[in-house]
Amino acid sequence: MKKIVAKQEACMGCGLCEVHCTVAHSKTKDIIKAYNSERPKPISRVTREIQKPVSFAIQCRHCEDAPCVVACLTGAMTKDPKTGEVKHNKDKCMGCWTCIMVCPYGAIKMDKENKVIAKCDLCQGLKEPACVANCPNQALEFKEVRS
Amino acid sequence: MAKYVIVGASAAGIGAVEAIREIDTAGTITVISDEACPQYSRPMISDYVSGKADFNKMKCRDDEFWKQLKAEAITGKKATALNLTEKTVTLESGEKVPYEKLLLATGGKPFVPKMEGQEKDGVFTFTTITDAQRIAAKIDAIKAKSAVVIGAGLIGLSVTEALTKRGLKVTMVELQDKILSLLLDPQASEMVEGAVKAAGVNIVTGQSVQKIIGKHDNDAAVGGVILTKGDTVQCDLVIVAIGVIPRTELVAGAAIKINRGIIVDNTMQTNVPDVYASGDVAEAYDFVLGQNRLLPLWPLAMQEGHVAGHNMAGQKSTYEGGTNMSSLKYFGIPIVSIGLANPKDDPTVEVLVKSDFERKVYKKLVLRNNVIVGMTMVNCIERAGVIFYLLKNGINIKKFKDQLLVDSFCLATLPASLQKKMNVVQ
Repeated sequence: MKKIVAKQEACMGCGLCEVHCTVAHSKTKDIIKAYNSERPKPISRVTREIQKPVSFAIQCRHCEDAPCVVACLTGAMTKDPKTGEVKHNKDKCMGCWTCIMVCPYGAIKMDKENKVIAKCDLCQGLKEPACVANCPNQALEFKEVRS
Repeated sequence: MAKYVIVGASAAGIGAVEAIREIDTAGTITVISDEACPQYSRPMISDYVSGKADFNKMKCRDDEFWKQLKAEAITGKKATALNLTEKTVTLESGEKVPYEKLLLATGGKPFVPKMEGQEKDGVFTFTTITDAQRIAAKIDAIKAKSAVVIGAGLIGLSVTEALTKRGLKVTMVELQDKILSLLLDPQASEMVEGAVKAAGVNIVTGQSVQKIIGKHDNDAAVGGVILTKGDTVQCDLVIVAIGVIPRTELVAGAAIKINRGIIVDNTMQTNVPDVYASGDVAEAYDFVLGQNRLLPLWPLAMQEGHVAGHNMAGQKSTYEGGTNMSSLKYFGIPIVSIGLANPKDDPTVEVLVKSDFERKVYKKLVLRNNVIVGMTMVNCIERAGVIFYLLKNGINIKKFKDQLLVDSFCLATLPASLQKKMNVVQ
């Protein structure tokens, strides 16, 4: 499947991936409103992992054997058998945080206002995920990888 | 064409059916459950009582789930007998269901100790949707204003929160000195206790209920409880939430070995060939303790069901094990606690702790020979899964031990070799 891949050597740790992820997952799609006034607050599903001089961005890896799917208490987390995408249905989510407990990447975020989790959905509907499209140094790629 | 029969259709049963169908699309699967619609999330029953979720939201698989996986679901019927020689399961109707491969996924049932007055109207357990529906209906019918919850573990805490959200005044009664004592150390427990009390809940520890008493005008209805030391707490409802014990009635007297739960090997097979057990009824492997034991937790039941299903369908699969692990959301305090989080007088372990009272953050790691064997994270759980990965895989953390509890800990903190192994970067 097509996944987002981080190139550590190209990452400057600027955080624009987080900004654009937040905007892409906001209602208004407006950077000012998304950050200043929109409620519930939109959540970035990508995180900069920084331990200087190392930095890279991480988001849901859409694992082959996704531990979050097995652990999910409510059936909110599923693996799409066709696309391989790990999908989250927030209407089914009870915000128990069990998926967070078992995600080895720490890639699942708490949406505290909505009391559900938030994670990368590969920006369904966009040509390319927002973090990839807006990375100024091409440190993120969206490409076909083995599982 | 193999004939698979699965008794029990909650997490372990669901996991098994899904796993069997990954391998065998032709064999017949029969699932037997005494519940009318078993494919719902039992951990969500507290949301039903609080009013946050209706039954539809609680369904963890579609209405068409069994049909889609070509499994015959016999629901609302109890399996009453097992014949290992003729390989059949008998239903309460007398009908016999023959099997070639059998999975016992009968789950757990609430443990209710003998108490005077326990037959009174208004005493409930809290395990199934039926329990939740009865409690919700009772609250409406008698306009219940107060409840006593016996047991302050996960189930007790979840029902306490639900009842509190519905406006009831709740008293939790716990025999141990601290709430959540099987999961948390005293410090983490006190943090939760503070939030529970702040929500108006009364907590009584070091005591139990010796007697349930009736109302002045109606002795058959719950009016209160008398605690071990003699105090009376008035209430309209009593919820017994002490814990669950394996539902082993079906195998009683059969040749299947039982300790506290059904004993299984690492393929989830019992001592009887072609008979498997998974979920709350089975004693499965705990990789932290290095032994099998009861661990009645939904995600583990699902995993165990998967392993059983694969093996039943002929694909060798071994259970990697689980451990005592829970994430909590109650009373607004997110917590993850895993493994040996509260070791007592154990000279072989090293404990790392970092607490920040202002932010109400508490982190604790328990190490043995530089391998994490236990962890608790309070109010800072988003990277708990990374630590759990290190715990589960027995990674030696000596080189980055001092980094594990700092706020900036993340995947980038890990050695490059480990990052590569985890496939986090290109």
